[in-house]
Parts: sequence; C-alpha cells; structure tokens
Amino acid sequence: MNTITPPEYLPEKPSAQGRHFRAEKFDFWSFCFSGLTGLATLFILGILAVILLNILINGWRGLSWHFISTIPKKDFFDVNTTGVLPMIVGTTIRVFVMTIFVLPVGVITAIYLTEYAPNTSIVTRVIRAAVNNLAGVPSIVFGLFGLGFFINFVGKNLDTLFHNPGAVWGQPALIWAALTLAVMTLPVVIVATEESLKAIPPGLREASLALGATKLETILKVVLPQALPGIMTGGILAVSRAAGEVAPILFTGVAYYMASLPTHLTDQFMDLGYQIFVLSTQSPNIDQTRPILYATVLVLLILTFALNIVAIFIRARVRKKLRALG
Amino acid sequence: MAETIMPKVNLPEAKMNSSASGVPLIEIEQLSLFYGASKALKDISLNLDEKIVTAFIGPSGCGKSTLLRCLNRMNDLIDNVRIEGSVKIGGHDIYDAAVDVIELRKRVGMVFQKSNPFPKSIYENVAYGLRLHGKQNKTELGGLIEQSLRGAALWDEVKDRLHSSALGLSGGQQQRLCIARAIAIKPEIILMDEPASALDPIATARVEELILELKKDYTIVIVTHNMQQAARISDQTAFFYLGELVEFGATGKIFTNPAKKQTEDYVTGRFG
Repeated sequence: MNTITPPEYLPEKPSAQGRHFRAEKFDFWSFCFSGLTGLATLFILGILAVILLNILINGWRGLSWHFISTIPKKDFFDVNTTGVLPMIVGTTIRVFVMTIFVLPVGVITAIYLTEYAPNTSIVTRVIRAAVNNLAGVPSIVFGLFGLGFFINFVGKNLDTLFHNPGAVWGQPALIWAALTLAVMTLPVVIVATEESLKAIPPGLREASLALGATKLETILKVVLPQALPGIMTGGILAVSRAAGEVAPILFTGVAYYMASLPTHLTDQFMDLGYQIFVLSTQSPNIDQTRPILYATVLVLLILTFALNIVAIFIRARVRKKLRALG
Repeated sequence: MAETIMPKVNLPEAKMNSSASGVPLIEIEQLSLFYGASKALKDISLNLDEKIVTAFIGPSGCGKSTLLRCLNRMNDLIDNVRIEGSVKIGGHDIYDAAVDVIELRKRVGMVFQKSNPFPKSIYENVAYGLRLHGKQNKTELGGLIEQSLRGAALWDEVKDRLHSSALGLSGGQQQRLCIARAIAIKPEIILMDEPASALDPIATARVEELILELKKDYTIVIVTHNMQQAARISDQTAFFYLGELVEFGATGKIFTNPAKKQTEDYVTGRFG
C-alpha cells in the first residue's frame, strides 16, 4: 500500500471535529456596494409604487360604468357628461391593427436575417444596423414620417388612383396611425423573433434537413412552431410600447373630438393617451377636470395591462400545447 | 494492453465486395474538404459495399464526422466549405450540379450524436419524414409508423403512448426513435454520428443490437469513439488521423493485425 502525501498546496487536513469555518472579515466596500444596489432597487420600486398608488387612489373615484361606456357630447371636460368609450375603442383598434401589420413583417424580416442572409455580408450588417437605429428614432419623428409617407405619399396616390372626389385615403386615419406604430415597433418584433429563432437547437434543423426536408419546410414545420412563444413575447412588447404612445399618432390619425365611433379604417379616432394630453392642457377649469384626468390615466393603465394579459394568456396556451404535443 | 481493449466477442466476418453488381455502393475518390483555407480532409479514397457496417474511428478532430457528413451533403449547410474530388453513390456523383439534395437525403438517412427528436408526439416524429415525401393517408401512415418503430425495436415500449411527447422518452428510447424516423422513409444508407456516445451502457447495447439487425436491410456507416463498439458491430473499419485515411480494412484485421504502426497505437490505446 502506498501512502499518498498530499501536495503542499492543499489545505491542512480537516480535524476530526469537523471543519471550523471562520467568519469572513468585514469588508467595508462590498458592504457599501451591496447596500447601493439594494437602495437603487428600492428607489425604482418606490417611484413605481408612488405613481401607481397616486393614480389608483385618485382615479378610482372617477371610474364608473357610465364613464367607460359613454360617448361624450361636445364638452368632455364636464365630470357628469364625459366618457371614454371612443378613446378605449380607438386605442384598442389601433393596437390590434398595428399587431396585424407588425407581426408578419417583423417575423419575415427576422427569418430572412437569421435563416437566409449570409451572416458576414455587408448587406446583412447594414440591415441589422438599420433595425437597431430604427429602435432609437424618437417617436415624434415616426409621427412625421407617417404623415409624410403614409398620408401624403401613399394615401394621396391611392386617392388619385381610385379617382376619389375628396380625400379618402390621403388624410389622417386609423390605418395610417396603426401603420406608423407598426414601423415604430418593428425592431422590437424583429429582435425578439431573431433571438427565439437563434435559441432553437441546431440539432432540430439538422434532423429535419437530414430527412429530406427543404429549408422552407424546415422553417415552417420545425423552426417557427418552436419559436412561436418567443415571437409572441415580441408581440407583447410591441403592444405595450404602442398602447401608450401619442407622438406617432399625433399627425397620422388621432382626432380631438368625434361624435361617433370609428367605423372604417379610413376614419379618424379618439385615443386615451392623446385624451390625457388634451385634458391636462386644454381644460378651461383644471380643478374640475382633474378627477376625469386621473380616471382616464387609470383606464389607459388598465387597458394596457389587459392587452398584455390577453397576449400572455395566449402565449401560455401555445407553450402548453407545444409542451404537450406538437 | 491490446487484450484489455479487445472485446471478447466473435468479430463478424467482413463481407467484402458483396454487392450483386460488383460495384461498391459508395465510392469516395480523392475527396478533400476545406474549411476556408484549412484542409480538413485530405485526398480520401474509400469504397463501401452494400449492406455492411463500416466504422469510422480516429481521435477527435480527425475528420471522420466531416467525412460522414459529406455522404449526405450536410456540410452544404456550413459556410466556407469547399469540396474537391467526388463521392458516388450507386454510381452517381452526389456533388453533381444536377443532383437533388432532397432526394439524396431521402436515400441517405442520418442519426446524430445527440438524440434530436422533434418536440412533437412520437407518432408525429416518425410521420414527419413520411409526410414530407407525400404520404398523407392516415391508415398508410399508421402502418408505416408501426413498421418503423418495430424496425427500431421501440414499438413495444411506445405503442400505448404514440400520441404523447417524444421528449418524455428516455435518452436511449429517443435515439431509437430517431433511428425509426430515419428508417421510416426507407433510405438505402444510414449514417450514424456517434449514435450511442450519450447513452448509458444498457441503452448502448440496445442500439448496437439494433444496428446489427438493421444491417440486413441497410448499408450503415457509423462514426464512433468507442473502439469496442466498432469491433462489436462493424464489418469494416476505417482509421483516420489528422484528416487522412490511415488504414481501411476488415474490422478483425484492423483490430488484431493492423498494417500501420499508427493504427496499432490507436486501437491499443497508446494515443488518441
């Protein structure tokens, strides 16, 4: 039997009584730093709590069935006759229409970038840079882009094409506002989809290709179904961002006042976010308007939250289905 | 040393030149493969006959998996890969511009190192390849799926849960499902890239039994790191080192009486 002597760099043999752990020496700087991170977190949570509580407490009183189900008559600064139904409808529709446009375009772009585009080529790099820069463009610029491109260029030309006597397409409308928002949220969807496509194990693609599937069949039958939850996360982020945006719709579709709900995609619409701006800047009597303002903000928060919940619920169902079968 | 490495089994006798026509099924001629500027395979020439098992052995990075992937053109998927020389299957050059890669991969199936069932049901996993190649009829599909699962010695274990997720199977079962998926579309050749390297000894033994069973109907090329495995299941063995084919011959000869010193050193465990 050989006796093995432990090399010198090993610590001493533990005593029969078990190891004795010494308390770590107090480290002033790591104490400070961990305290700092905790404080920063608390600070953010505090701000969030103040905003939400303030809105909840002050907005709750103004919230009533009458308030959310009424189309206001001319003066919407009056507590007794005002309502937010057209704004709820307008915001919801513009978000839905936006989703219909942004998801396919974003997903197809992401598929091109991850599956087809040669990774090292200059064109691919330019597209990626463009997508990232698109995300950094201020939203008011998107609003002006929407006005210039969608309304004055696309819309006006459509009118000429169809020989419309007046402006049907060439004016601010629900569809142009939704399209402008779609352009704005495109990077969110593209990046989320790309990430989820990249996360799919290469083994699955290889398995499909080795069975004699074409690249398209592999993408449609194996890759996309797997990436669906990730794509939907992109959709949820896009909805969250778009629901509260005012600047992009300012020139492209929102109306100060409409007596009836929008019925066509070419109609203008009223919007919750814009209404908050109107209520806080245009009111003749600030004290009287304040409860309406709070209630409207609360409705916007609830609506955004509800749209998210719906999307998250659908995603959870897709995930469950994917896990169970396929 | 050699005695401890060699398994105590009867080595199957190599069936050289057994194909009816006398022409080997797979003819690799002067094949070189480049990743960018580096040459990963160097002038490899190798003929493989029908319905035998050929093992590719050699240390990591020797090019054996790369060569395997040349046989169904899976290397096409990698950027910067360039190939010289020719690979003929059944007399046709598979790198010819007129070759339909889809048809090629249908004839040359593949089983991967890491079992990669689709996150679908067991049934759908096998049905996937069948549907791709035009089988839509439910009763026909059902029959072919049963046949494939029986062929992969998996039917008895899964027949009561065909519609539950393939991901619920054990690693060995998943790998046999991948084999079932590959044989469902009736290939002539099955390429196996270390199919048992991630499996426990019992699951490995089952896969090996299965390979010996499949040999009756298919030509099998298997890459393995496990030399006992190569000795147990293959008829012919090719030893690769640094992108070159060092020695190729009947498995019994390679393991007991190799011609080259390098081969002997490797199979006896002196390096690699």
